[in-house]
Amino acid sequence: MRASSDHIAVQVDDLTVAYNYKPVLWDIDLEIPQGVLMAIVGPNGAGKSTLIKSILDIIDPIAGSVRIFGKPYKKQYQKVAYVPQKGSVDWDFPTTALDVVLMGTYGKLGWIRRPGEKQKKSALEALEKAGMLPFRDRQISQLSGGQQQRIFLARALVQQAEIYFMDEPFQGVDASTEIAIINILKELRKQKKTVIVVHHDLQTVPEYFDWVTFLNVKKIATGPVKDIFNDDNLTKTYGINYKVAINQ
Amino acid sequence: MKEYLELLWTDYTLQVITLGTAILGATCGMLGSFAVLRKQSLLGDAISHAALPGIALIFLITGTKDSTTLLIGALISGLIGSYWINGIIKRTRLKTDTALGLILSLFFGVGILLLTFIQKMPDANQAGLDKYLFGQAATLVVKDVWIMGVVSVISLIVTLLFWKEIKLFLFDTEFSKTLGFKTNTINFLITSLIVIAIVIGLQTVGVILMSAMLLAPAAAARQWTNKLSVMVSLAAAFGAISGVIGTAISASQNNLSTGPVIVIVAGVFVLISFIFSPSRGLLFKEIQKYQNRNDLKLFKTLTFMHEIAKTHENIEHPHAIKILNNFQGFTKRSLEQLQQREWIKLQNNMWSMTHKGFNAAQDIHLMGEDE
Repeated sequence: MRASSDHIAVQVDDLTVAYNYKPVLWDIDLEIPQGVLMAIVGPNGAGKSTLIKSILDIIDPIAGSVRIFGKPYKKQYQKVAYVPQKGSVDWDFPTTALDVVLMGTYGKLGWIRRPGEKQKKSALEALEKAGMLPFRDRQISQLSGGQQQRIFLARALVQQAEIYFMDEPFQGVDASTEIAIINILKELRKQKKTVIVVHHDLQTVPEYFDWVTFLNVKKIATGPVKDIFNDDNLTKTYGINYKVAINQ
Repeated sequence: MKEYLELLWTDYTLQVITLGTAILGATCGMLGSFAVLRKQSLLGDAISHAALPGIALIFLITGTKDSTTLLIGALISGLIGSYWINGIIKRTRLKTDTALGLILSLFFGVGILLLTFIQKMPDANQAGLDKYLFGQAATLVVKDVWIMGVVSVISLIVTLLFWKEIKLFLFDTEFSKTLGFKTNTINFLITSLIVIAIVIGLQTVGVILMSAMLLAPAAAARQWTNKLSVMVSLAAAFGAISGVIGTAISASQNNLSTGPVIVIVAGVFVLISFIFSPSRGLLFKEIQKYQNRNDLKLFKTLTFMHEIAKTHENIEHPHAIKILNNFQGFTKRSLEQLQQREWIKLQNNMWSMTHKGFNAAQDIHLMGEDE
C-alpha cells in the first residue's frame, strides 16, 4: 500500500466540505496510487459525489487541499476526465450524440478554437468503443438511459486523460450497457490509467475493482480490495445492516 | 395591407421603425435561446423590470430625455439587478425563483415610485418617461436604430466566437468547469449580452413585456429543430418577423401600441409551433397516437392469423373469415387494411396469409420477446 510519492495520482489532504454549515465530508486524507481501478462506496449521503466534485474543483471545500500528480488541479485539467451522473444534465438539449462526445475534446482545444477533423475522428472512435457509433446522429433525448450513459463515457474517453472520475456510471443501466462500461474500464486498466468510480453495488466490487475506499462523511478505510473489503469495514461504513444491503 | 406597403416604400419614419423592430427581434430571439436553454427564462423579466429605476434616476440627475442617456441608466440598474440576483442565489439559501421575484418587484416598485415623483415635479419637461413601461416604437429615430444595429452585430460576433464555450456551458456547466473553462466568465458574457439586448428593447417594447421578446421566439424555435445552431437562427428569424409584422399591424391600425402587438405576433408563432411542429407538436403526437392504436389492432389480428397459418404446411392455405369470429378485434376495415399492406389476401369470405404477412407476424413475435 505504501507507494512512492511519484506514483500517487491523487492526493487529498484534510479535505472538509460543508453545505449550509452541515459537514458532508470531514477531514478526508486519501492517496490514490496511479493505475488502480478504485471504487468509492458508502451509504446515501456519505459524500461520495461530493468527494469527486471537490477533487475536480467543482465544489469549493472549506478546508484542505487536493493534488493531481503533485500539482493543483488548476494546472492539470488535461490529465483528468469526468463522467458526471447521467441525471445532472437536461437530455432534451438540442444536440446530437456525436456533438456531446466532441465536447470531450474542448478542454485540449482551449478557448475559441473549434474541433476539426482530428477531433471528430477521435470522437467517432470513442463512440465505437462505447458501442454507440450507429447512434451518432441521434438527438440525445431519443437515446435510452443506458445509451446516454455510454455517450458520457465516450465523451470522457476522447479527453484522453490519465485519471478518470466516474459518478455512478452503473446507475440504472441495462445489461448491455453494464458490459460496455466494464469493457471500457478494463481497457483503461490495460493502458495503466487511474479510474475512480462512485459505486453502489457492493456485490460487484471485488469483481470490477482492485482498490476501494469506504466513505461515510469520514474516510473509513482505503486500500486494495483483497485486503480491506471485509465485514469489518462494511459494518463500519454501513452500520449493522450491511449484510442486508449485500444480499438484496 | 397595400397601403401599408406603399407607406413602407415612401415613409422614412416607418422604414426606420420597421428596421429597428426587426433588428431588435432578431437579437432578442438569438440571445433568448440561451436564456431558455439555461432555464433562466424569468431572468430577462427580472432584469427588464430592474432597469426602470435606472431610467428614472438618470432623468432626475441629468434632466434629459435623450433615449441613449436614459438607456445607459437602464443598463446600469439592470446590471446591478442581475448582480444582486446572482448574489442572493450564491450567498443565501433562497432559491432562484425567489431571488428573481424579489429583485423584480423591489426594483420595479422603486422605479414606479420615482416615475410618480417625476410626474409631480413642477417642471414642463417631465412627461413621456412612462413610455418605457409599454414601449413606443414610434419614438425610434435613426440614432436608436444605429445603436441597436451595433449591439446586435457585437452580440453576433461574441456568439460566433464563443459558440463552443456557450454550447458546452449551456449543456453541462460542471463538466465545462472540469475542462478548465472559466464558467463565471461565460456566465457573465451571456448575462451581459441578455441585459444589453433587454436595454435596447425597452424603448420599443417596454419593461413589462420585454421578456416575451426573449422567450417567445426561442420557445417557438425549439419546437422545430434538435440542433442548437438551427434553433438560434430560427429564433432570430421568428423574432425579426414578429418585429416587422407587429410594426405593420400597429402602423396600419391607427397606431396600436407596437410593443404589445409585436409580442402577440411572437405569441402566435409559439402557438403555431406548439401545435404543428412535426416532431414535438401536439397535432403530430395525436396523429401518432391514433396510428399506433390502429397498428396495434392490425398486429393483434395478424398474430391470430399467424397462429392459424403456421399449423398448415402451406401458409397461404385459405381459411374462412368466419373462423376469426371468436376473436374480437377484426373488422371489415381492418381486414382491408391488412390486405393493403399485402399481409393477407381476401377472396370470397376466405382469407389467406401471404409470405410477407407471415414474416411480419414473426417480426412482431420477436419484438415481443425482446421486452
